[in-house]
Amino acid sequence: MNVFRFMLHNHDQVLELTLEHLRLVGFSTLFAMFIGIPLGIVIAHRPRLNKPVLASANIIQTIPSLALFGFLLPVPWLGSSADRLAILALTLYALLPIIRNTYTGICGVDAAVVEAGRGMGLTESQLLFQVELPLAVSVMLSGVRVAIVISVGLATIAAAIGAGGLGEFIFRGLAMVDNRVILAGAIPAALLALLADFAVGWLERRLRPR
Amino acid sequence: MLGGHMESAAAPPVIEFRDVSYQIAGNQILSGFNLQIQSGESVVLLGRSGSGKTTSLKLVNRLLSPSSGEIRVKGVPNTQGDLIRLRRSIGYVIQDVGLFPHFTIERNIGLVPKIEGWPEERIRARVQELLQLVGLAPAIASRYPHQLSGGQRQRVGVARALAADPEILLMDEPFGALDPLTRDELRREFLLLQQRLHKTVLFVTHDLREALRIGSRIALMESGRLITVLSPIDFLRSAEPLASAYVKAFGEGLESAANRGTS
Repeated sequence: MNVFRFMLHNHDQVLELTLEHLRLVGFSTLFAMFIGIPLGIVIAHRPRLNKPVLASANIIQTIPSLALFGFLLPVPWLGSSADRLAILALTLYALLPIIRNTYTGICGVDAAVVEAGRGMGLTESQLLFQVELPLAVSVMLSGVRVAIVISVGLATIAAAIGAGGLGEFIFRGLAMVDNRVILAGAIPAALLALLADFAVGWLERRLRPR
Repeated sequence: MLGGHMESAAAPPVIEFRDVSYQIAGNQILSGFNLQIQSGESVVLLGRSGSGKTTSLKLVNRLLSPSSGEIRVKGVPNTQGDLIRLRRSIGYVIQDVGLFPHFTIERNIGLVPKIEGWPEERIRARVQELLQLVGLAPAIASRYPHQLSGGQRQRVGVARALAADPEILLMDEPFGALDPLTRDELRREFLLLQQRLHKTVLFVTHDLREALRIGSRIALMESGRLITVLSPIDFLRSAEPLASAYVKAFGEGLESAANRGTS
């Protein structure tokens, strides 16, 4: 009956699935940052693009996760590896908060500061890297934080297509009608989410401009 | 030979607007604007909001581009040559100051010298020199903008604009957001500074008192047109309707304040 005794007894597997889970979340968040941050920067400077880009990211967000995993399954190269597929799907979900917060963060930089910088003769890239990004970074990170927390939760569903992660325990427990097994997946997942939230939150405060 | 000599005697204006018009989204902001500003002059653009003052200023450092006409800086159209070089050779001070909130005062003032590749030592010395010039304590260098008062921030704004020793200074209502006493103090200091530095200044304000104090000439603007350019003394005597309206409004303000005191 005791969940913790079960987890202790199966600690090898708990650890393995936790690491798998972390891998799914880590890669997808990194990919989402690689795509989302530049996209957010672009739409902050090209107002005409912001509606279509944000709308697309919004639409992706509304697709139920199980359905998205299902849709992607028949895709040739992707469908052949559950990991690949899960990471792609999680990346797509993480995009919206990252794009939107990058956009909001940069648009939120005081217009006078940008004008002064431009008037002083900063090039557009100096303006971006020395002024806009440093001033937007805490807002951007809070987007990353949201993305990670969402991904930790969504990644449990990746087990349904065989991508592993803590969802394995949850699905197995559901099938066995055994709460201990469900919790052995749910508790570490919740802890991961809290930990990630805390860590990025700390980073966010450290980098917040005074 | 003689011709060459005469040419060098008559230096081109430092800033020259040649038949400049600016329109955006069907709105005519500036039309047929002509103005020459000689070296060492402080020309004030005076007018109400929407008269095109700020637009004129931003055309000089190419934050905006004219719809027609051209602006010459030191005799050369400002579209010739590098945009970034142009801006770094022109000091720019705005009402909201626009200090970088995440930089110390030292980094704020030293930013252009730094990206111009000055050695650290020289930047530090220059920052200290400028702080002294604008009447700030050396210790302020390590502070952040939010730790300063409005007057101190605007002083830093002026110091930052002067950092790379530009010949031209563009000032857009730099003292507009300050309380009256600080504003007066900064104006006085600015005049003293200008006596030493002899920059070519283009200064925007809607305040006649400020225009009279700062300007060697006052360019009066109304709905995108230049109405007249006068010295402060001539401005006070001018029969030009808009100019005299300004003077009248200014005088009435003083008068009514005085009357209220006696009654």
